[in-house]
Amino acid sequence: MRTLKFLLQKEFRQIFRDPAILRVIFILPVVQLLLLPWAADYEVRNVKLAVVDGDRSTYSRQLVAKITSSGYFQLDQYTHSYKEAFEEIETNRADMIMEIPRHFERDLVRDNEATILLSANAINGVKAGLGTSYLQSIIRDFNGEVRDEWIQTPRLSPEIQLDVRPSNWYNPLMNYKYFMVPGILVMLLTIVGSFLTSMNIVREKELGTIEQINVTPVKKYHFILGKLIPFWVLGLIILTIGLFIAWLLYGIVPVGSFFTIYLFAAVYLLAVLGYGLLISTFASSQQQAMLATFFLFMIFILLAGLFTPVDSMPVWAQWFTRINPVAYFVEVMRLVVLKGSGLAEISRHILSVLVFALVLNTWAVVSYRKRS
Amino acid sequence: MKQFLSCVRKEFKHIWRDKQTLLILLGMPVALILIFGFALTTEVKNSRFAVLDYAKDPSTRAIINELDASRYFDLVAELHTHNEVEKVFQRGQAKVVVIFPHGFATDLEHVNKAPIQIIADASDPNVANTLTGYATTVMMDYLDRYKEGRKLPLTIKTEQRMLYNPQLKGTYAFVPGVISMILMLVCTMMTSITVVREKETGTMEVLLVSPVPPVKLILAKAVPYALISFINIVSILLMSYFILDVPIRGSVPLLLAEGVLFIITCLSFGLLISTVINTQQLAMFVSLVALFLPTIMLSGFFFPIENMPTVLQVVSHVVPARWFYQVVRGVMIQGLPFSAVWQETLILAGMTTVLLAAALKNFKIRLA
Repeated sequence: MRTLKFLLQKEFRQIFRDPAILRVIFILPVVQLLLLPWAADYEVRNVKLAVVDGDRSTYSRQLVAKITSSGYFQLDQYTHSYKEAFEEIETNRADMIMEIPRHFERDLVRDNEATILLSANAINGVKAGLGTSYLQSIIRDFNGEVRDEWIQTPRLSPEIQLDVRPSNWYNPLMNYKYFMVPGILVMLLTIVGSFLTSMNIVREKELGTIEQINVTPVKKYHFILGKLIPFWVLGLIILTIGLFIAWLLYGIVPVGSFFTIYLFAAVYLLAVLGYGLLISTFASSQQQAMLATFFLFMIFILLAGLFTPVDSMPVWAQWFTRINPVAYFVEVMRLVVLKGSGLAEISRHILSVLVFALVLNTWAVVSYRKRS
Repeated sequence: MKQFLSCVRKEFKHIWRDKQTLLILLGMPVALILIFGFALTTEVKNSRFAVLDYAKDPSTRAIINELDASRYFDLVAELHTHNEVEKVFQRGQAKVVVIFPHGFATDLEHVNKAPIQIIADASDPNVANTLTGYATTVMMDYLDRYKEGRKLPLTIKTEQRMLYNPQLKGTYAFVPGVISMILMLVCTMMTSITVVREKETGTMEVLLVSPVPPVKLILAKAVPYALISFINIVSILLMSYFILDVPIRGSVPLLLAEGVLFIITCLSFGLLISTVINTQQLAMFVSLVALFLPTIMLSGFFFPIENMPTVLQVVSHVVPARWFYQVVRGVMIQGLPFSAVWQETLILAGMTTVLLAAALKNFKIRLA
């Protein structure tokens, strides 16, 4: 115990001695939380629309007016040539083309049917998909208005209807930031935790100071614990800063309890730090450690369901999310912060991550050799 | 020239000696392309949903079966009370709950109108919107069949076409992005770290007292990484073409030439960082915070630029990767000729010149 105390003293001193690293540790969360939620905004709005109106009739103009007043679309061009509209797509000035054919109004009234052609630049698939479906629902509404105009519907409508009532829980304002910020907090803890620890032991190797520790009677697990605890404390401090910023800037207050968040974060940090230490014991240079961490970190983050839904991934990737601690934390943060899940609901997550923490740290202790 | 070549040889030896790192450098694009190509899709499918069916009549059965059968939904639970809805969401078991009230089929038959409630977990607003839309479509299709195809008067039909990417694959947007990400990583981060490493381990002094001009020394450090990057570009293009079926619609030489230009941009950036920073840890963090994150965030490949607040949109103009991404996407996916991307190319070239000039000017022969 006494040995550990002195080791901790040494580690804390080393961290606090380097003002540059310290600055990075505290600036990183601020910068990330300040920028990322604004950038990571997949909300689809302001779809730029080029309209090819070959009809120029009352209906076509009414439809265009209805679309532009919906708020989702920005009219980029109103033309009669498809070629011109397509040029707008090629140069990225428009995202979608709506083509109203010649005799649209006449066909609609006379033949009871008319077709509108929608083309979307599908390189951005989300935008193309949602844009098309918004546009379709506006056209459907417009269709209803046209019908009302022509057909006097009796009060008790003979037309069979399904009255679909959608409601959105947990985020009724559909604010994308509520979704991203908890995930970004996860990224933050993961970056700081894994990078700092993974470079730590290697640094001692590179500078040669590890030899001095190796000749002392310090036990292996003392050494690893001494490396682990300071970063664990730092991680929890960073989480606190992060939660504070999330409240200050985005008004996000966890619906669930802070205790649940901190408990999970504490276990999670052990896993991430263990993983960093493990890389550190294997690597021979800081550059190597950095690259390995970065590589694995990127795979973990990308396959964590942070940016794309896990449900849509193929089976092998879904299987991978089960051995990916980051995926658990992302899910837990969203469950607790947005939906107020309690310990009972996330007990499975905590247990899984606890297993990772134990395995990774034991492995790190075993693979750290006092002989080089 | 001979001096320069022997310096280059020394750098190659450094890299060759560290096989793991080399493996990661060459393997990273492969792994990323596979992940981006196969695992990451913004398309919403196989979403778990639960039903709370108070009616339990043939109509509700039929709708539930159709939802379950569609590729967008997988039925995971049948609930019995309203309280269970909250629990299902809190455990993260379902993203959507569909509720049918008592007497659904009777209402549909006699009142001609029956209500259905769709509750979506809107923590992810886009997924919620999309799923609500899909579910509504499935229900409307059912209704059409229920009415036995009775055609309504005055129907406006829509036909939709997805340009460039008919299957809405995420890969089309990701491949150009992965190229810029890898180049940033290999050229900027690795180069800055190798230079700083010589400073940290003290070997820089040895190099500086040698008769080799310092500029040559530094340029020699950049050569192997430029080569690795070029190999990476080629391997990414080959893989995306042959494995992911991403078409290369424009000219390949043009694409490679633009790639080389961007490699030089990244290298200049890396050299600039290495002239002002003295420890590897810091070099890594600066590359990560100042370059890598902006590259992912502000280049437009992962997050749409037009959604960002004006400040970020303005900032994104100074991120080289943004321009490179536009060029690659234009040439590769849209098949645009050089005449359509010369502006972006010019901007990149301008940035490169400034960065390189700054790096060379900043480079100090003496160590502090």
